Amino acid sequence: MLLPSVHDTNSGPMVTALDKSTPALRVQGLRKAYDDVVAVDGLDLEVDAGECFGLLGPNGAGKTTTIEICEGLLPADSGSVEILGRRWESDADDLRQLLGIQLQETQLSEKLTVDETLRLFQSFYRDARDVGEVIDQVELGEKRHSRVGGLSGGQKQRLAVACALVGNPQLLFLDEPTTGLDPVSRRQMWDLIAKFQAEGKTILVTTHYMEEAERLCDRVAIVDHGHVIALGSPSELIESIDMSHLPPPEPRKTSATLEDVFVSLTGRTLRGE
Amino acid sequence: MFQLTLVRFREFIREPEAVFWTFVFPILLAAGLGLAFRQRGPENVQIGVVGSAATATAVIDALKKDSTLIVQTYDDSAAALALRTGKIALLVVPASARDSIRYVYDRDRSEAVNARVLVDRAVQIGAGRTDPVRASETYVTEAGSRYIDFLVPGLLGMNLMGSSIWGIAFSIVTARSKKLLKRLMATPMSRSQYLLSFLASRLVFLILEVVTLLGFGYWAFGVPLRGSLVTLFLIALIGAVSFGGLGLLAASRARTTEAVSGIANFMMLPMWIFSGVFFSSSNFPQVVQPFVKALPLTAVNDALRANMLEGASFAAVTPQLLIILAWGVVTFFAALKLFRWR
Repeated sequence: MLLPSVHDTNSGPMVTALDKSTPALRVQGLRKAYDDVVAVDGLDLEVDAGECFGLLGPNGAGKTTTIEICEGLLPADSGSVEILGRRWESDADDLRQLLGIQLQETQLSEKLTVDETLRLFQSFYRDARDVGEVIDQVELGEKRHSRVGGLSGGQKQRLAVACALVGNPQLLFLDEPTTGLDPVSRRQMWDLIAKFQAEGKTILVTTHYMEEAERLCDRVAIVDHGHVIALGSPSELIESIDMSHLPPPEPRKTSATLEDVFVSLTGRTLRGE
Repeated sequence: MFQLTLVRFREFIREPEAVFWTFVFPILLAAGLGLAFRQRGPENVQIGVVGSAATATAVIDALKKDSTLIVQTYDDSAAALALRTGKIALLVVPASARDSIRYVYDRDRSEAVNARVLVDRAVQIGAGRTDPVRASETYVTEAGSRYIDFLVPGLLGMNLMGSSIWGIAFSIVTARSKKLLKRLMATPMSRSQYLLSFLASRLVFLILEVVTLLGFGYWAFGVPLRGSLVTLFLIALIGAVSFGGLGLLAASRARTTEAVSGIANFMMLPMWIFSGVFFSSSNFPQVVQPFVKALPLTAVNDALRANMLEGASFAAVTPQLLIILAWGVVTFFAALKLFRWR
């Protein structure tokens, strides 16, 4: 579906054409511990090119640590990470050109305007997009020359995503993109992400909202205590559970959700932590 | 690199307090101190005379002929009090005989010693002394040796240091604590370019700072600019950039703005005291002079004064410039090495 970089012929290392069988992201045996807390404990993942893949799990499951290792911001203790056929140890500069990321709590410089912030990020990339185009894509056109300090929470998140997009990335990492947003902003963000999917971008999203994972993702990995406890498309996962083990459904629910999948696997609710 | 530097500008200009402290405050300080310590004409000297003796009137008349002496008459007890509280610099005690007189004063006070000379002259002339040599007076005021002339270069040096260290350190630590630094690390941005952009933006602001402060000094107080202006700018430039290195070092690891404030103050306080900003660093004992001379702000102030007040050439200030440069280079590379990017 997505054959990256064939048009980027300005430097050697970037012209690695991947065939469709090479996953966009492959993580094997990832381990990371902080002092005495093991955040990631033998995690394996494969994300195919062009899919939207979700990492779903409660807070503390190791999602952010995993994604930060994939983004090159943290070193792993052991295990391997391969992105678009490259590794952080050897191809860091290339990888940074190819990835777009949104951190969980990104706080951009409050005094700059939206336009200025994007121009700054744009200046880092060899193959960047037009700032105006990206601003329109995230629907911040009206706020183009407003200071970041004056934006609402939802608008700041959209700007953060715009910063991820301005470098024309092949792989997008979004860490909890809608946490802390009001329902309207959340829906706007989901529409935005759906648009990228339609463009064929590969996306890795972490979230603890099961509704979000169900809605956005082609496949979901449920993560708990640093490793994957279930993997598949949302419907596959839901079908796989044996409803008889669940507690009686809450009055308004008519069919199982990913939350139920989680409960059946771990005996706890996603929101219960 | 260009974008990064542009961002530095915008962040600075849009912070009104930073603009105040960098541009307005030094001017206010210079104006205030310059006014307070301005040259006045010859100071008047307060003299007391004990009025009980018969010869007192003649003495008082003689003293009044010198217009710089302000004479007050006292009785014995009031006189002692006036001396002790410093209301008068010297007490004249005329005797009953016309050919002797007594002066009571504190020999450690320079104004008392000065008073004694003036008073004695007045008394002697009044009693009939004539001087064999006729002296005439020519009064000269040379700009360059007043306190304000000493002060302005010192303030400029202090200002360059303050705006370099505070501006850079605060900006970086704020970015780090907000995780903006972490976000930038995920981009292809070059790390050394990020640090250099701070130094580059200092370059431009420094021109404004120098022009404002020295312009004010020149216009309001006639502070001289005797040396080559090019050399002057060069000194200021090297100073600002080197202080920038100190700022980067201060910001290299601190996670909170409180911590970096502490570090910045720790760096600057010794220099505010020792480096000859408000008073000459040679006032300190010989033992600490090597330490004082090695401080970057001392070197900057010395170089600025040599250029402005004595017209020193570039070659003459090279030793100071080398000291400043050394500080800049060492601190920049130390910062690069120690920098906490996450």
